[in-house]
Amino acid sequence: MKNFHVAIIGGGVIGSSIAWELSKYKLDVVVFEMGSDVASGASKANSGVVHSGINSPPSSLKARYCVEGNKILQSLADNLGFPLKWIGKYVIAKNEEEIKELERLKKVGIENCVPGLKIKNGAEVTEPNISCFAALWVPTAGIVSPYKFTMAFAENAAENDVKFLLETKVTNLIKHKDCFILKTNKGEYQSLLVVNAAGLNCREIISMVEKPDFNVYPCRGEYLVLDKKHSSLINSMIYPVPPKELGVLGVHITPTIGGNILLGPSAEFIDDTENKKTTREMMKTLIIEGRKIIPAISDRAVINAYSGIRCKLASPEEGGWSDYRIEESKQVSGLISLLGIESPGLTGAPAIAKDVVRMISQSIELKFKDNFKFAKIKRKRFSEMSVKERSDFIKKDERWGRIVCRCEQITEKEVIDALSNPLGAKTLSSVKYRCRAGMGRCQGGFCTQHIIRIIKKQFNMDVKNIKLRSPDSNLFFGRTREVRNE
Amino acid sequence: MSNQDVDVAVIGGGPAGLAAAVSAKEHGAKHVVILDRNSWLGGILPQCIHDGFGVEETGESMTGPEYAEKYISMAQQQNIGVMNETMVLHFDKKREIIAVNKKGIHKIKAKTIVLAMGCREKTRWSAMIPGDRPSGIFTAGVAQSFINLYNIMPGKNVVILGSGDVGLIIARRLKFEGANVLGVIEILPYASGLPRNVVQCLDDYDIPLFLNHTVTSIEGRERLERIAIAQVNKNMNPISGTERQIKCDTLLLSLGLIPENELLKNADIKIDEITGGPVVDQNLETTLGGVFACGNCLQVYDTVDMLSIDAKRAGKNAAKYNKSKKLKTSIKLIAGKGVRYVVPQKIDVAGTVHITLRSEKPQEKSILWIIENDKIILRKKLRFVNPANMVKLVIEIPPEVVKSGHKLEVIIDDKR
Ligand SMILES: Cc1cc2nc3c(=O)[nH]c(=O)nc-3n(C[C@H](O)[C@H](O)[C@H](O)COP(=O)(O)OP(=O)(O)OC[C@H]3O[C@@H](n4cnc5c(N)ncnc54)[C@H](O)[C@@H]3O)c2cc1C
Ligand SMILES: Cc1cc2nc3c(=O)[nH]c(=O)nc-3n(C[C@H](O)[C@H](O)[C@H](O)COP(=O)(O)OP(=O)(O)OC[C@H]3O[C@@H](n4cnc5c(N)ncnc54)[C@H](O)[C@@H]3O)c2cc1C
Repeated sequence: MKNFHVAIIGGGVIGSSIAWELSKYKLDVVVFEMGSDVASGASKANSGVVHSGINSPPSSLKARYCVEGNKILQSLADNLGFPLKWIGKYVIAKNEEEIKELERLKKVGIENCVPGLKIKNGAEVTEPNISCFAALWVPTAGIVSPYKFTMAFAENAAENDVKFLLETKVTNLIKHKDCFILKTNKGEYQSLLVVNAAGLNCREIISMVEKPDFNVYPCRGEYLVLDKKHSSLINSMIYPVPPKELGVLGVHITPTIGGNILLGPSAEFIDDTENKKTTREMMKTLIIEGRKIIPAISDRAVINAYSGIRCKLASPEEGGWSDYRIEESKQVSGLISLLGIESPGLTGAPAIAKDVVRMISQSIELKFKDNFKFAKIKRKRFSEMSVKERSDFIKKDERWGRIVCRCEQITEKEVIDALSNPLGAKTLSSVKYRCRAGMGRCQGGFCTQHIIRIIKKQFNMDVKNIKLRSPDSNLFFGRTREVRNE
Repeated sequence: MSNQDVDVAVIGGGPAGLAAAVSAKEHGAKHVVILDRNSWLGGILPQCIHDGFGVEETGESMTGPEYAEKYISMAQQQNIGVMNETMVLHFDKKREIIAVNKKGIHKIKAKTIVLAMGCREKTRWSAMIPGDRPSGIFTAGVAQSFINLYNIMPGKNVVILGSGDVGLIIARRLKFEGANVLGVIEILPYASGLPRNVVQCLDDYDIPLFLNHTVTSIEGRERLERIAIAQVNKNMNPISGTERQIKCDTLLLSLGLIPENELLKNADIKIDEITGGPVVDQNLETTLGGVFACGNCLQVYDTVDMLSIDAKRAGKNAAKYNKSKKLKTSIKLIAGKGVRYVVPQKIDVAGTVHITLRSEKPQEKSILWIIENDKIILRKKLRFVNPANMVKLVIEIPPEVVKSGHKLEVIIDDKR
């Protein structure tokens, strides 16, 4: 059995960014991800906001990682090629009373060293479809595509020899004298150190070796996605003043990197960490809440809905807020756990990863690789190219001239590139999250058959094995005759 | 980039585009070209392998592929240019089309354009159906294409939401392929597909139709496992206590079609909010001169027959466009009481006008009126109006009506 130096449980943004930091060193690193691709949990289902640091109490870990992460994100985006836009955000006050909240947020922000904060009166707010009494302008807030962000870390880590084992669930963890045995549905693995980055399952992992001293309180957030047609409604993010309870930020309106608008999230404590259902009531509520901010929002603009689950360590009775816990187990040495990594976890991930590597360096001597490969510079999407660029690309490879997704104008070449990812992920969602085919208003009505054709032809897969998103989410039951003969 | 000048450019090579192109050629257009993003001609028809196409138009019942073949061979005989696997990216007010295919980017300057882009299906989210997001949820047309074009089976135990024609036909098709069709769910008190399809696709195969019902939840973390359905009240809200579960692995959505008109935005062509298609005059010309519309991107038709007949008019008018002089004044034709929509939406030349419209609700006996102020232009008895059946009329509009500038209102009333 191969002995890894570090085994990471969870291929979310946290596990993937840690894997990437570690891929710079001469180490054998493995990531276990039970989903069919990385970013299968909270890391794909959130607002995609790069927070500035005005919402977390000074001297909390949340504030520290958020501000640090925010600062290094641009250079990471340049190196790893994920899209990032600094569009800024407004927190709006609907009445005079709420201005006090803006002042409080500004004060927290200043203590956390967030630059450029400014309270503007309603007339100074440069958003034509918003009416408000006053607003706090936060210039250092931005947006990323959360799955592309996660995938960028994971894919470059894989290019630098980190092993990603998809559809591999860690079912048990056993501490031997100086190593761990990780039992999975695909066999046993051995590692010196284990990083528990299992998100909502962080407690379950700890329970495998010791009695946890905390609980996880899952808190679901539902979203609606609006058609690109409405993208001109706002230029920056629009947040209400945060509600007093639950330790969340309230239903906000966020432009996405892809040009859509997100409405959400709701906040609802639930019993089951896997209950990602959307509900009729919340869909209605989101439209109502959204209209309080932009009256022009219509439910006919909705093209998709999803939910993400926050990993909270404090119950609603306790107010729902607690800080992150990033620590090595006192009883089981070599187990580093990341607990309660809720918002702003996406923003903080790169800074958290650096800290975790620092912790690892205390047990293992880290030496830089001399052959670290930087991420291949990502090409522009066809839809973003000039006529000249398009013509040149098609001349080189005619598959650039075959559009397979009508809504987002994605070409056959882009789909093939997405399917050729270094992680080996080949679900319909892996394609969708990498190149946007299927994300538009027709939701796969046109492109699904083309993607299936490409998967069958180029990658020789049996249709029965083609999945939507997760290990058992097969799309088809085989060829027509086979089904009848059963 | 390649450059081309043509007389008539037809965007979309489905039955509408084919009929329009053939007709344009017959009426004197020299250089006609069809642009279609598929590798085949015929649009949606190659996947419609059931018969029933062409009855009204030719008296003969054909399958979809047979019907398409008829027009494809006409187009070939007439030397109509075809650019396949070619996606039109946009066109502008000067009628310059930019399209892309494997050979590169193409600029096509057209004297006239005929829009025939067809439509797309409504999705789960247009009906805002909550629940999990498992695999096994397809629109009916996508499922149909997998079964009929690729021999791939999308499901075994299937429920269909929506009783439009596409849903009814796929129900029967799945039964043929050995699937278990558990029922068709319809929120309205009546089926929205053609009555003959209800009989031939459901009744004949003992497939239950649940009227006044809707799907209230979807369950299954990976593949679909079950759905919940409930009866709805008059306002189409689920009635509590009527909910029940149905175990199934597949849910097909036949929720209606949306005309595919994203291309029109760039050229600033006006869209009718109700039809989803462009606003047109009696010649099927849009609000941008020299651009005509037909087929399902103009309005969603019941049958391909009626669609082809109208598409031929669009093709003919496109061919003759250069010769015709445009009058500036036009009158509006608007949908009044009992009428959902009416096409054309405006008239600028007196004479024979072809009108298509849909009623708001089913009625056994009723009267259709066309009224200018208080003057009756037309009064016609109708039997069995039904929103699922398009009403077609040919009327004569006298010159003084057009000159008056008054709007014409179309009304369907149950009073005799
Ligand atoms: C509604 C919502 C909105 C948010 N908005 C923002 C925002 O705008 N900005 C921001 O900065 N942050 C935001 N966050 C927070 C951010 O999304 C999270 O902090 C971050 O995604 C957490 O990443 P993670 O890797 O810890 O968890 P996850 O992404 O959940 O990753 C955990 C992974 O572990 C895998 N796993 C679990 N158990 C096992 C096992 N036994 N074996 C193998 N694999 C396993 C899971 O499949 C999963 O992929 C939001 C969160 C939510 C829920
Ligand atoms: C399941 C089903 C069953 C049916 N059953 C019957 C029946 O029994 N009897 C009957 O009479 N009718 C039936 N119909 C209706 C009939 O098939 C349709 O009304 C008809 O196909 C619509 O024709 P169209 O040309 O407007 O659109 P389509 O057939 O959809 O053709 C439009 C074409 O335009 C192309 N296109 C769109 N945008 C672009 C672009 N930007 N660039 C290039 N190309 C583009 C599309 O790829 C497509 O090929 C059925 C339809 C369906 C879906």
